[in-house]
Amino acid sequence: MHSMFKRTAAALAASVALAAPVAAELTGELRIFLDTSNPAPRATMEAMIERFAAEHPGLEIETTVIDREAYKTQIRNFLTADTPDVATWYAANRMKPYVEAGLFEDVSDLWAEPEIAENLASTKGAMTIDGKQWGVPYTYYQWGVYYRKDIFDELGLTEPTTWEEELANCQKIVDSGRACYTIGTKFLWTAGGWFDYLNMRTNGFDFHQQLANGEVSWEDDRVKQTFANWKQLIDMGAFIDNHQTYSWQEALPFMVKGDATAYLMGNFAVAPLREAGLTDDQLDFYQFVAINPDVELAEDAPTDTFHIPANASNKEAAREFLRFVASANEQTEINNGANLGQLPVNAQSSVDDDKFLQQGFTMLSSNSPGGVAQFWDRDAPAEMAKVSMEGFQEFMVKPDNVDRILAKLERARQRIYDN
Amino acid sequence: MTAVADIQEQESWFHRNQQRIAPWLFLAPGLLFFMVYVIIPVFQSFNLSLYEWDGLGAAEYVGFRNYEDLYWEWVDRDAFYISLKNNLIWLLLYLLSIPAGLFIALFLNQTVRGIRLYKSLFFFPFVISQVVVGLVFTWFYDPTFGLLNEFLGFFGLGPLNVLGDERFVTYGIIFAGLWPQTAYCMILYLTGLNAVDPEQIEAGRLDGAKGWRMLWHIILPQLRPATFIAFVVTIIGALRSFDLISIMTQGGPFGSSRVLAYYMFEVALSEYGFRMGYGAAIAVILFLIMLCFIAYFLWSMYREEKGH
Repeated sequence: MHSMFKRTAAALAASVALAAPVAAELTGELRIFLDTSNPAPRATMEAMIERFAAEHPGLEIETTVIDREAYKTQIRNFLTADTPDVATWYAANRMKPYVEAGLFEDVSDLWAEPEIAENLASTKGAMTIDGKQWGVPYTYYQWGVYYRKDIFDELGLTEPTTWEEELANCQKIVDSGRACYTIGTKFLWTAGGWFDYLNMRTNGFDFHQQLANGEVSWEDDRVKQTFANWKQLIDMGAFIDNHQTYSWQEALPFMVKGDATAYLMGNFAVAPLREAGLTDDQLDFYQFVAINPDVELAEDAPTDTFHIPANASNKEAAREFLRFVASANEQTEINNGANLGQLPVNAQSSVDDDKFLQQGFTMLSSNSPGGVAQFWDRDAPAEMAKVSMEGFQEFMVKPDNVDRILAKLERARQRIYDN
Repeated sequence: MTAVADIQEQESWFHRNQQRIAPWLFLAPGLLFFMVYVIIPVFQSFNLSLYEWDGLGAAEYVGFRNYEDLYWEWVDRDAFYISLKNNLIWLLLYLLSIPAGLFIALFLNQTVRGIRLYKSLFFFPFVISQVVVGLVFTWFYDPTFGLLNEFLGFFGLGPLNVLGDERFVTYGIIFAGLWPQTAYCMILYLTGLNAVDPEQIEAGRLDGAKGWRMLWHIILPQLRPATFIAFVVTIIGALRSFDLISIMTQGGPFGSSRVLAYYMFEVALSEYGFRMGYGAAIAVILFLIMLCFIAYFLWSMYREEKGH
């Protein structure tokens, strides 16, 4: 530990000596690309960058905000040409293509500094590829079941914790003429969330990661068991009809109107549900139930990150910015209810008082012993994620096709992981 | 003295060849852009289709592997098969806009009060963006709130989830596409009808032709140029059906409304796409299909020229 610190300090001193005569003063231009294009996150990020700029008056900071969806394709261009010094992205396999192509800067040196090493340890695994770290996280959020408490009360239901209770609850909801879950699978990934939970609860976190890494056959009996559990829900009419036509936002009104009672979603669904008029008395949250009592509970908690492109020109300032973003105070500030309304990654940060964030924080820190997954389309390679989520969607519409779908996914697996 | 002689000689060379050079000079900018943006990329994509490349790292030469994969997708009735099949459905059904456009044009080709207003109303769908057309029809088809199901319910039918059912989705999108395309064909025919020779109609009438016979033997032959153009733009429109699919279904449900152009975009350029070579292979197939039509158009234009 001590020697490591000394080495870092020496490296830092060397680079400073090379760069500028004044030690602490950063100069030059710092270009930051952000995908936080929604109004609230955008304001949060711009305020954060202003605070950073105030600390470093010598820096000329230029911020570019790109539409969140467009960013996903544009990143391929701007990492190779006209490269910024800092860029947002996602953890785990989603950064793998850029790491392998040598387009992200290795920031293991930052992770060797005690401030980051000790406080961000929980996400170190998700930031690591080939034993090195490639960025720092700034926020994450829990997934789980958001439900209409008033309808549960009306039907005399309580929050379930086992699969049997879940099915019994759902049967009562269906009998009352409602659907248990709203979902919109037009853009596929929402079905990936259901698969994450059903598979992690049926076969455990490690098996789930093996499947994402292509080490297990899709025609394995354990995978089939996951789909059998899923089919139980589909056959009893748990999901709303025509979900393949809706986006996740278009599926919200079903819950608001009371045609469906629950939504398996990320915490970002809370804001639009509140805006649509649901009060905190009507809306509540529970952890996805246990299915197989032999496996430990594991959760999805997608992490958003900052990276330094390998072609960046002001890496010294970029590193300072990453330190700033990872610091406890900043993470408390940007993740509070007035800003992102999500969970800080830094262990020294404090979580907002919001009841969903509090529940999510407790769940992730004390009731997720199995591990924390990123999300299906971030854990699996992009191609496999695409093919499989299409399969999940088809399965949710035509559960009887399961064998054909799994055979197709197995063929895809053999092609995709082969090289 | 010699310098002057040189200049004179140069000028005279240009002078002698002016007639031959001038057309090429005028064509040069167009030819240059056509080469850079059309001809060269055709060869580039064929070359790229022999590689496996994620757009970031080094490209790996794989021979015809991408085409082999496409062949297996065909055999397995997988995405490529569905896309190709949908392309054919698009080509066939999109042609309906030609007769539809013709009949609307015939209907509007009369002189009553306010006909200009009616004409522009019929032309309206072609003016609005394809994106808007897609959105409007998405709402129209919406299984819960859409107008279509209200209408079907009137007759005790439905509910029908057009865009969520793999059997109907392609037809649903084509129907949306026909709306603006019909308007386009209508305009082409309206201008064509202006040029119809009234003396020939008069002569036909004297010979006792009317109704269908008049249309088929007198009017339609004179509309041949309009029909040809309508055919060309409709075929091109059908092969470019990308935007409607992207707006209305994103190729779904479970990939059943893809066409080749959309599939190519998906594997090469979309959020989950990293297979540039595979996308290029699809592009080459699409190009070969288009080549059939291009060859036909060129041949018929050549024949036309020779006829005159």
